[in-house]
Order: sequence, then structure tokens, then C-alpha cells
Amino acid sequence: MSDFVSDFWNLYVIVIVVASILACAVLLIVQGKATFTPGKTMGHVWDETLEEYNNPMPKWWSWLFVITVIFALVYLALYPGLGNFKGMLGWTAVGQHKTEVEKMDATVKPLFDKYMAMDLKAVAGDKQAMEMGKRLYLTYCMQCHGADARGAKGFPNLADSDWLYGGEPEQLKETINNGRMGMMPPHAHLGADTIKDLANFVRSLSGLPNDSVRAGKGKEAFASSGCIGCHGPDGKGMQALGAPNLTDKVWLYGSSEATITETITNGRQNKMPAWKEFLGDAKIHLLSAYVLSLSQGTK
Amino acid sequence: MIKHEQIEKSVGLLIVLTLLTVIWGGLLEIVPLFFQKSTTTPVEGLKPYSAASLAGRDVYIREGCFLCHSQMIRPFRAETERYGHYSVAGEYVYDHPFQWGSKRTGPDLHRVGGRYSDEWQRAHLMNPRDVVPESNMPAFAFLANTKAKDSVGADIEKKMQIMRGYANARGIPTYSDEEIKGAKAAIGDMTEMDVLIAYLQGMGTALKNTK
Repeated sequence: MSDFVSDFWNLYVIVIVVASILACAVLLIVQGKATFTPGKTMGHVWDETLEEYNNPMPKWWSWLFVITVIFALVYLALYPGLGNFKGMLGWTAVGQHKTEVEKMDATVKPLFDKYMAMDLKAVAGDKQAMEMGKRLYLTYCMQCHGADARGAKGFPNLADSDWLYGGEPEQLKETINNGRMGMMPPHAHLGADTIKDLANFVRSLSGLPNDSVRAGKGKEAFASSGCIGCHGPDGKGMQALGAPNLTDKVWLYGSSEATITETITNGRQNKMPAWKEFLGDAKIHLLSAYVLSLSQGTK
Repeated sequence: MIKHEQIEKSVGLLIVLTLLTVIWGGLLEIVPLFFQKSTTTPVEGLKPYSAASLAGRDVYIREGCFLCHSQMIRPFRAETERYGHYSVAGEYVYDHPFQWGSKRTGPDLHRVGGRYSDEWQRAHLMNPRDVVPESNMPAFAFLANTKAKDSVGADIEKKMQIMRGYANARGIPTYSDEEIKGAKAAIGDMTEMDVLIAYLQGMGTALKNTK
């Protein structure tokens, strides 16, 4: 594809390319007519015994040059190369990519269509679909959620049955399609002492060792400081907001008193990117089913 | 006609003719590219690097990220499926120098913008194995110890002026005086890691999510 700012560059390319090829051809002809003196040295000697003769080039070598000239002309006739001339084949890199993609899409479409027509639970039970899902997962998801889908600090474990935004098939799909924004606001204004109380209370919710006096005070602070707005009065969280359940043993950032204190003090911000535009419906359908299968243990 | 012997015995002539031979291909293959609309016009939606991104770009170059990461998605299905839309020339008009790279020990980064959260980028730079156990990328935790204004951002106004010079030479949109004046403030207290993440998160977003 050439879109030169002026026609000068179109001519510039054509003239120099054609002239160069012709010059090569002329050189070949001129050299073919040169006089040679086989067997006689030119009188130049290097390194004691290395002498220069005046023999013609080997025939195979001359022919290689002839072939390159012909190749260049044929190539330039078929492919884009001469300025704005598109070549007789009409080949473009973009066109080749398009053909490649279309060919593959046509091959896999029946497969994707078949699964699109099935509901997610059925797809999750299909062996072939899950093999495809796994490949998709390993390409697009494992960087955050891990190759074993067990996540990492700040990145949810997908292989358990605990869900921040819900584990129903349609909720999973929604999460992958449009992403999620997790936001726990910072609470530094409560003061270090109250935060320590809260941290102890939060630990008590899931039965972790804690200072019971502080936990008692923390319980009051939990109710009065707005924590219940997202985590609920019983600390069981709220999936509509992505507020985690504090009473289970699943921790996104860690359950130590120090980590919980950090979480309360500075808040947490987290983001799952949206994949709708990039992956498209069919792949997201398979991925949703794959994630579903992970938590059902039906791998 | 010039005889072989004459060329061999005259150093000046030998140099001139050698140079001409060497640059011949370049004159033909490189020079006309500077005069193509597709290489000199920004793609729709492309903006000059923000002050923070420009500073982050310098961290990228200083740390040699380009040695393992390319920024060039080729028009092959295998690449566009994984990374997104293939790269086009008009996406690089604000890159001086471009960071195409020529080796992929790690993945291509041309469309990494928005692919991961800021937190992921941070965790990954601190220690890549915390999020990708299989990774062999070195940790760049030390980037969090230096304020950008003390290193890559120290002369950010000057850098932006140079970039503006390049853009003006091509007649494409560029920084305003206010943007250059506000560059220091825009970087503020960001660390080298922060500005690097700002750069990464903006990468390839002009053609993101299209296929």
C-alpha cells in the first residue's frame, strides 16, 4: 500500500527500481563481451603465491545473475513494489491477514455455534468445550488468575466456590463481558486504635484468633462506621457490590491482622478488565463455562 | 568508463562509490517511507504521550524493556488473536525513537494498555512471579524507590518541547504551552514505577478492542 504525499515519490521509486534492474542486465551483457586472457596472470601477486588471473566468471554464476534479474521483473509484475502499482495479484499484507482469519473463523464457527446454542451448565459438562475453554483461559486469563486458576494476592481464586460478584452462570458471563470495579474506600480517618479493633472483629467473624476485648469494641465500630453498608450487618458481604463475605475463610489480600489493618486504613481498589469487545460472545461463552466448571469440580 | 584499476588506486573515489552502493537500497526502501500519509499521519484517537507517559517511556527505554518485549503486532491471526489488532504505522508517529524491538522473550506489549489493572502491573513489576509463577522476567521493585521528578521527569518540559518540534515538523497535533508548563505538576510525586505504568496503560489503546 502506497499513499505518497505527492506523485514525485511514485515516480522516484519506479524510475530507480527499473533503472537499477536494467543496469544489472546491462552490466551482465557488457561483462559477457569483455575479453579474457585465460591462463595468463595479470602480474599481481599476494601472499607470495596468490596470483590474479583474467578468466571469465563461471557459467552457473552468470546464470544466477540472469535469474535474479528475471525474478525481480516477475516479482514486481505480480506484487506491489513499483510505487503505486498494486501488482497483478492484488496482494496485501492486510488482505492476507483477513483471508487467514476468515478461513479459520469459518472452520471453527460450527463448533462455536453448537456451544452457543447450549446453556452454560451443559457446555461446562462438555469435554471438548472445556478443552477449548482451557486454552482460551491459558491465553487470556492466567496472567492474573494463575495457570491453576487459584489466583494470587489481589486476584480472585476461580477454582473455589466463593464468589465476589456471584457464581451463577449469567453473573460469571457478565463479569467477563463488562469487567468489574472493586472499591473499598480508605478508613484512615477512624484512627489507628479503632482500626485495630475492627481488624480484630473481622478476624473473629471467621473464627481466627483475636483479642476479644478489641473485637467487642470493633463490633460496635463495624456497625457505626459504615462497614455494614457494603459488608452487611452480619459481615456476609453483598455480591451486587462485590463486597466480600468476611465470615468465610477466603481472603483476597490476606487474613493477618497487619493486612486487614492495611486494607481498612488505605482501602483497596481492584479491577477486572472488560473482554466483550476483544473476545466476542462465542469465546466468552466458552470461558464462562470453563470458569463454571472449575468451581464445580467437573474438569 | 572508469577502469577497475583506477577505482582501486584512488581512495577518495573508492569511498564515494562504496557509499553510493551501500546507501542505494536505503534511498529506495527507506526515504520514500518518510513521504507516505500512512506513516506520518496519526491514527484516529491517537494523542501525544502525556507528561507521565513520556517520562514512563524513558524508564522503559532506560531499563531495556525493548530487549525482551516488542511493540509490533504483525498481521498474522496467531498474533491478532492473542494481542489484538495488528499494529499500523500511524500509531507510532509520536514515538521518537520507536520501540518496535526485534525479540520476544516476553510477550508483545503494543496493546497492553488496559489489558491488566494498575494493581496487576504494580504487583507484576514488584515481582513477576507473584502473579505469573512461570515468568522469567526480572523484578523491577526498585522503580518504586525513586521519584520520577528526580530522574526521568527532571527535564520533562525540555523533552516535551523536543517532541513538539518533531510533531510540528510533520504538522500533526502536539502539546500546548499550558500542557508543557503543567508537566511537572502532572508528574507530581509519582514514582518511576507509577509513570511506567501510566505509559503501559496507554499503549496501543487507539485501536484497542477492534479486530
